[in-house]
Amino acid sequence: MDFNYTPEQQQFRDALRRFIDKDYTFEHRNKIVRSEQGTSEQAWATLTELGMTALPIPEEQGGFNGSAVDMLVVMQELGRGIVIEPYFATVFGAQFLKLAGGHDDLLEQVAGGELKMAAALGEKQARHELFDIATSAKPDGDGFIINGTKTVVIHGAQAGKIIVSARTGGGQRDTDGISLFVVSSDAGGVSCRDYRTIDCQRAADITFANVHVPASALLGKAGDGWDILETAADYGATLLCAEAVGAMDALNGATLEYLKTRQQFGVPIGKFQALQHRMAEMFMQAEQARSMATLAAVKVSSEDANERRRTVSAAKARIGQALKYVGQQAVQLHGGMGVTNELPAAHHFKRLTMIELTLGDTDHHLARFASQADFRTAA
Amino acid sequence: MDLNYTAEDLAFRDTVRAFLDANLPKDLQQKVLNHKRLSRDDIVRWHKIVAKQGWVGTGWPVEYGGTGWSPVQRHIWEEECARAGTPIILPFGVNMVAPVIMAFGNEAQKRYFLPRILNCDDWWCQGYSEPGSGSDLASLKTRAERQGDHYIVNGQKTWTTLAQHADMIFCLVRTDPGARKQEGISFLLINMNTPGITVRPIIMLDEDHEVNEVFFDNVKVPVENLIGEENKGWTYAKYLLGHERTNIAAVGRAKRELLFLKRLANKQMKNGKPLLDDPLFAAKVATLEIEIMALEVTVLRVLSQDSAKRGPGPEASMLKVKGTEVQQTLTELMVEAVGPYAMPFDPEYLEGERDHSVTQDDDAAPLAPYYFNYRKTSIYGGSNEIQKNIITQMILGL
Repeated sequence: MDFNYTPEQQQFRDALRRFIDKDYTFEHRNKIVRSEQGTSEQAWATLTELGMTALPIPEEQGGFNGSAVDMLVVMQELGRGIVIEPYFATVFGAQFLKLAGGHDDLLEQVAGGELKMAAALGEKQARHELFDIATSAKPDGDGFIINGTKTVVIHGAQAGKIIVSARTGGGQRDTDGISLFVVSSDAGGVSCRDYRTIDCQRAADITFANVHVPASALLGKAGDGWDILETAADYGATLLCAEAVGAMDALNGATLEYLKTRQQFGVPIGKFQALQHRMAEMFMQAEQARSMATLAAVKVSSEDANERRRTVSAAKARIGQALKYVGQQAVQLHGGMGVTNELPAAHHFKRLTMIELTLGDTDHHLARFASQADFRTAA
Repeated sequence: MDLNYTAEDLAFRDTVRAFLDANLPKDLQQKVLNHKRLSRDDIVRWHKIVAKQGWVGTGWPVEYGGTGWSPVQRHIWEEECARAGTPIILPFGVNMVAPVIMAFGNEAQKRYFLPRILNCDDWWCQGYSEPGSGSDLASLKTRAERQGDHYIVNGQKTWTTLAQHADMIFCLVRTDPGARKQEGISFLLINMNTPGITVRPIIMLDEDHEVNEVFFDNVKVPVENLIGEENKGWTYAKYLLGHERTNIAAVGRAKRELLFLKRLANKQMKNGKPLLDDPLFAAKVATLEIEIMALEVTVLRVLSQDSAKRGPGPEASMLKVKGTEVQQTLTELMVEAVGPYAMPFDPEYLEGERDHSVTQDDDAAPLAPYYFNYRKTSIYGGSNEIQKNIITQMILGL
């Protein structure tokens, strides 16, 4: 049993942290937020240079074949630095390609930093149920015609290639009949409404109107996409858990610092027990969250799908509870400053709150955890 | 990052399982699994079985008769005992007074007491809390005055767990009333048969006799029963608090009780379906199960730090808070699961005087007493608020 990071993991963690501390400061980030594109090509180039885009990509496609535990290290740093680049979206999109096989050229482009990706999974009626799909893909010659609208696609407008879930069969809420496609964002009939999210990232609603894609755009087998979709979503949720832990660490650090420096009644407010005990609970919440994020990173690649589902849902649900406590209390302990938009803490809070809404909230994952076959008998 | 046990750990676990299969008496196991009350004899019997195997001193160095196990091995032992449903080895001798004797006692004290602790020849209890000194323990008033070769002890201890069975008590006593409150305290071992000691039961919420008041009226204690130096007792007590807290979260037991809870909730019906199929109740069970999963990993993380020789730290406070929250939620959901069937109270059944409970629902009968009994967990061993104070000071530096 060993909970330590390897020297390599520590190295790229340190490299990433140095970059963020020096060149991706809060002020720098705010400039990016206000820019037209809402992301930074320069930052992307540096992330590529640091090997971050190559990290999760297999060696055969020019990557480092990094594990989910490697990604745990990276995502924690990005969470700490509230980085708003399309890194999660790209890695998440690439995961579909990895699971499906083929499309080596695209994975090579991701590794090299030339291709950004996104996954267009959600629809207006679906909330957190990724199998609830109205978008259709009809066979047409040797390809497919896709019709439908995907909502709140994280960094959808910044992506060159978009993973799209669509129906080639089955009813709207069946897990059978789902097919996955990789679609060029500049394909005819793709229109994108790009907008900001409250946590200063970008997202888009994307409409596919008679979009013709070749047969090669299909990932895996037609109608059998659910397995890949669910497995990739678990991977994505695991990344978000790690990002949340990094954000909670930063938030706890900032709050602790504030308790030590802010003076009222002639003493630092950290001398008041009512505040101390909340801070102690925030610390414990973050530690429980760290344990679950770690467990999810270790188990997300498990061959046993039941173990994977169970662990990832447990992690996302536990972290959902932790991030709400830590986020809300951090604001409360910062007092008036906590409700301004001026401190990084405000943005960690907002990012955490949005993580809760992405790829299944706490209730969704609690219900999924309890619906696993072994829930009645496992401990 | 590797969360798996090593091959050696797994082999060790097999050895432990084989021992428990062969040596845990079925009657004791049934009492534990069915939440019935254990007698003094039950606890001593199991202690002596483990002593014969040489596995009582799991945290002790080999030179004193300990097992010399690694923190992970100890965790496996505790986990397997909990899974099997063994009675607990009481901590007062083995885990509390023994480390203090080893660290600060003299040779004669070590030679006499340590083997007797391992073998349960003496039943130990802890004389810390007083009526006016709970969380503020250092304000204690029980007085020990040196007279020749003896201390004369006067005062009162309280919340003394199982003192009614005890042969020995380790006490914090005030030897210098003029000094600052932490500096006038000594650590004294007292034979419970000494004239002048009176033990009076305190009956708790579950109507069980688990704790006591202990009165000292001119009790003569030989000076050779002083541990270390006079007026250094507070240092020794603090050492004890930082010691032996790896199983403080009791995750193994929580996992066993979670299975019991699920078994209950599968049997109990709501609207013609098992209660565990009710989404509201299932969500509570799922939330609790996930907390136990998180706690188990957190415990292992603390243990692996311990293995790296950084020593058990204030993280133990976190394990105590989260562990007791889990334990209390388990008992709360058990009561909720059986609903009105938790109401019949049947102490005769709990004491083993009858084989079956008065309503014939043996699963449900102990649950309300269990729930009420376990309200103690967030209060004893340093209340959870005191644990948060420790986290505040030792980890957060506020």
